[in-house]
Formats: sequence, C-alpha cells, structure tokens
Amino acid sequence: MTRDHQDSRRESPQNSSPAERLLFGGLGAGLIALSLRQRGGMGVVLGTGGALLLAGAAMGQGLGETLTRVRRTEDDHIKVQKAVTIGLDAGELYTFWRDFENLPRFMDHLESVKVQGEGGQRSHWVAKAPAGTSVEWDAEITADEPGRRIAWRSLEGATVPNEGEVEFRPAPGDRGTEIHVSLTYRPPGGTLGATVARLLGEDPDVQIGQDLRRLKRLLEVGHVPTTEGQSSGRKGPMKAEAKMYDNRRTS
Amino acid sequence: MKAVVWQGVNRMGVETVPDPQILQPTDAIVRVTKTAICGSDLHLMDGYVPSMVHGDIVGHEFMGEVVEVGAEVRKVKVGDRVIVPFPIACGKCWYCQKGLTSLCDNSNPNPGLAEKFWGYSPAGLYGYSHITGGYAGGQAQFARTVYADANLYKVPEGLTDEQVLFLTDILPTGYMGAEHCNIHGGDVVAVFGCGPVGLFGIASAFLLGAERVIAIDRFPERLEMARSYGAETINYEEENVFERLREMTGGRGPDSVMDAVGLEAQAHGFLGVADAVKQTTRVLESDRPHALRAAIMACRKGGTVSVPGVYGGLADKIPVGAFMNKGLTMRTGQTHVHRYLDTLTGHIQRGEIDPTRIITHRLSLEEAPHAYEIFKHKHDGCIKCVLDPWADPKDHAPVK
Ligand SMILES: [Zn+2]
Ligand SMILES: [Zn+2]
Repeated sequence: MTRDHQDSRRESPQNSSPAERLLFGGLGAGLIALSLRQRGGMGVVLGTGGALLLAGAAMGQGLGETLTRVRRTEDDHIKVQKAVTIGLDAGELYTFWRDFENLPRFMDHLESVKVQGEGGQRSHWVAKAPAGTSVEWDAEITADEPGRRIAWRSLEGATVPNEGEVEFRPAPGDRGTEIHVSLTYRPPGGTLGATVARLLGEDPDVQIGQDLRRLKRLLEVGHVPTTEGQSSGRKGPMKAEAKMYDNRRTS
Repeated sequence: MKAVVWQGVNRMGVETVPDPQILQPTDAIVRVTKTAICGSDLHLMDGYVPSMVHGDIVGHEFMGEVVEVGAEVRKVKVGDRVIVPFPIACGKCWYCQKGLTSLCDNSNPNPGLAEKFWGYSPAGLYGYSHITGGYAGGQAQFARTVYADANLYKVPEGLTDEQVLFLTDILPTGYMGAEHCNIHGGDVVAVFGCGPVGLFGIASAFLLGAERVIAIDRFPERLEMARSYGAETINYEEENVFERLREMTGGRGPDSVMDAVGLEAQAHGFLGVADAVKQTTRVLESDRPHALRAAIMACRKGGTVSVPGVYGGLADKIPVGAFMNKGLTMRTGQTHVHRYLDTLTGHIQRGEIDPTRIITHRLSLEEAPHAYEIFKHKHDGCIKCVLDPWADPKDHAPVK
C-alpha cells in the first residue's frame, strides 16, 4: 500500500467498500430484527452484534479495521501522531519535556527514563512489558530547538527501534500551546508482532492520546482526577464483577 | 453512612456504605444537610443514561457543611456552609477560565468513554454515570467533593438551606435556559415542560425581560405553579399546542422556545409511539425527542430554540428542514452553574425569585425510593422532593 493511499484512508472514515458496507449493514439490520423476537440474553447478544455491524456499516468501517485499529506505515512500522493543547507557554512545556526523566510521569508504558552524560543528549529507557518483564533501550537526542521542538531516536541494538518528535506551537488566542507528538516504532521481523502490542497496548493511538491528556492534567491542575477508593454500594466479590450498564447499542 | 444507590434499572435503594474519604489533596468532605432529586436522576433510574454501575451513589443537587479538607485546599475551611455545583470545574483549564465550567477539560476521569459517545468529553458530574466521571453523588449523609476551591460556593449569612439548595443545578439551569433564549424587550417565550427547570426558566425569562411566557405541560398542578410564576398556560392533552401558540402570538409564533423536557418526552401519535418503542428497546434510539421537534416547529422564523432539557445519545427525525429554512438558532448545554451563582444569590436575597415555592415534598433520605416513585409518576402533586439525610423517616402511606 502506498503512503498516499494510507493517508487518505486515515483521514476518511469511509474506508470500506460500498459492497462491504451494504453486506454488513444488511446483516446488522437482520440481527436486530431477529433480536427483537428473542427473549433474554440471546436477544441482547444478537441485538448488540447487529447494532455494532449496523453502526460499523454506517460509519463505513470494515470489520478488520474496527477490530485491529493498529495502523502501519508502508514498511510496516507503527506510527502514532497526536496533539493536545495545554494552557502553559511553550517555554515551560519544552523545559518539562526536555528533562526526559519526566516522561514516565505521564507516559503509561514507560517505567523509567534515565538521562546520561553531559548535556543530557543520551538516555536509557525502560518500558513495561507483561508479567513483570521489561524492554530497555538507549536513545539520543537528534534535534533540540529550545521552546520549539525536540526529536530523539533509539540507538543501535534496541529490540524495538523507535523514534519520537515533539513540537511546541503557540495556540491562537489565550489557549496556551499545542503539543504535537509523533512516535514511530519498528517492530522486528516486519510484523506487527506482540512486542509493540506489549509496549503500547492494543491501540497505540488511544494509549498516546491518554498519555497526552495525563500530561495536560498534571501540568494544568497538578494531578490526574480519580474516583479510585471512593465510597459506593459495591461490596465484596460484587466489586470485581461490577459491570457498566450500557444502553449504547446504537453507537 | 446512608446513601441512595443505583441498584439497576428502576431500582433505587438506600444502603449503608463506607464514609467518603479525602482521596486527593484538593478534595473536601461535606456533611450533606439537604439534597434533592432532579428530573435527570429519573433518566438514570430508567436506564437511559449509559454506563451506570450497580452500587453507584447518585445525587447531584446537594449542600452542606465542610467537615474535612485536603492539604492543598486554601479558600474553603472546615465549618463553611456550602452548595456544591453539579458540574465539576478544575478551575484551571481554558473552559473553566472562560466560565464554561460544564465543559471543563480536566475533571472527568473517564474522558475516553465520553469521547466515544459524544466526540469530546465535557466536565465530570456528581452522581451521574461513569460517562461523566463516575463520581459518587450527594444523596448521602456525606460526600467527597473535588477541586474544593474551584467549586464549593459559600452560602451567605441569612439564607436557609432550601433557599439556596437549587443553586446547585435547576435554578441556574432554568436561568441559562432563559439566557439562551436571547430575550429582547417585547419577546414572547414558550416553555415546553413545567417541571422544576421549566418553572425556573419561566421565572428567569421574566427577569431577563420577556413580555409574555407561555408554558406547556399536562399536569394541572404544574400548570397552576407556572401561572403562579406569571405564565399563560397550554395543556397539551386538551389543545393543539402548535395552533394555540400560533393563535396566542398573532400568527407569528413565539420568539424563543425552551425545551425543558429532554429525552423522555411524552408524545401522542405515530412518532411518539415509534420513539417510545425504539427507546425502550434501546437499539435504534436512546432519546425521545418529541419536545425538541415541537420546539423547532413552533418557534417563529429567525427565532431561538433553547434546550436545557437533557439528551443522552441519538434521536430520530429532528425536523432539520424547519430548523434550516426558518433560520433558527439553537443553544444548549449542561449548565455552567458557577458563572450564575453570584447573580442568582442576589436575586434570592432581594426576594426577586423564591426557589422554595417549587418544593412539594420534604422527606428523609430513607424515603428516597418512595420519593423517586412519586416524582417519576407525578403522584401526590409532586413537583420537587427535598431530602434530609439526617431526618428520621416519617410515616407515610405506601404508594402502590
Ligand atoms: Zn439535575
Ligand atoms: Zn477545567
């Protein structure tokens, strides 16, 4: 797949063929109709499945795309680009980010980053992996424009070669600064292998989005809000089983 | 402590639960002295708001006395008597600083969930499902409140609990609904729904300079209350609302129309039945938008539709042709409670608005399930229930 083609797919949600949409849409409607005649759990399952297919068809998303959602570049790299606006000026944000040891404070998959040597050009990164294991690599800064931009890349020998770039752009009006982040991971063997999934969760896009939101909250408010540990009527074993009631079978 | 807990669709119960604790240094614990049941609590009870979890403490209209503050709380002190606005402001983000507190960027701990439903996440709300943060609510003896300095509003001396309790939600909601009507001198405003928000919408429309307000409902006691606030009324079960509004406004239509009903509107005829079926199955439609349709159709050309009524998800057959061809403006949103508090407290202090008039029932917290029942079914002339978390349950005849 060419890069151009890839990009147009990325921007438009209408990325499944008309035939595909018609097929899944029809299937979805059929399942919903069927579910209305069923009682109990089966009806719910059919209805939910139907509605998901229908919604997918309406949004123009193919099933494969909906299920995996991991994006590849033409040479099978994973590239994630995300932006967030934070109500601080670019200088403050640059200073915070330039100290890479701050990154694990908001990047969930990182366990630690240690800056090494004079000028902090090199750093040692440790990322979390399942079952208490971790992945480590060394990285170096490849571009450093105070108040504007930082770029870095992993050094030879990294299990998952990766590079990153962050740009700080003044936002219009009194909105603060836009942070534009771009991360690229090159999983070994040219496959989307487990390694990256391990690093970034099932959906790197979502993961990085959450990381940036955590950064915003950390810097604007001082901490990330939580309801962990608040009182409720959930007790004992029910606590673990507690499920969200979801009436959202339309979306 | 005792608290009202969501136990599943149509099941609100009173349970003994652990007392709340300070979880973050900007928290404060409030001993709740008065709390109320809101119309939007009924949407939770009926299961039209997704992402409730069995055991969630509900309630987003509450006030009380601060009994504990976190290490970083500066402005609020133990012993302060406060109201707690239902949307949670962080006080620091762009939206909070612009006074758009119900759109706070930072206070919802589950923004990803909200983004799936709505594109972007609004503020966290107390006692109002996990899509808006999953914060435990205030229909309880104590409540954890967050970002205390940015949210807790100190009650001025000389005002009773009942005079200020509705500043947490429905009074500013009615006021913002009226403000969204964009009222100019001589304007006629129609208000669909004479529940608490509609009633405060009527009172606010007059405060903001409306010449006439026409209120629409079907319950005689609510219409009576609307008249006591100065409105003319239409009972939609007895008259054709569209024709009557047209006639009452010299054929022009009301300059602004407020939908103070929201997602569980009653409607007759084919569309009404279709909505009810679709919403009940929750497969095709989550909201029953009859009042919104009627508001769009009834509004005069070039007029304004204001929607303080709560909608949750997807609605069907909105007359967008009428909306476009008549050149209407629509304004809506969860209420930016914080920005109205000084103004409305002033109106209360000067006697220009008496929020206590809408209270029809005063019950103990233990009686909450009963209160939900009579409020939902409008039994016993119920317009607004206030609960006292520390009162003994009174004897009352069970409603069956
Ligand atoms: Zn409310
Ligand atoms: Zn905020």
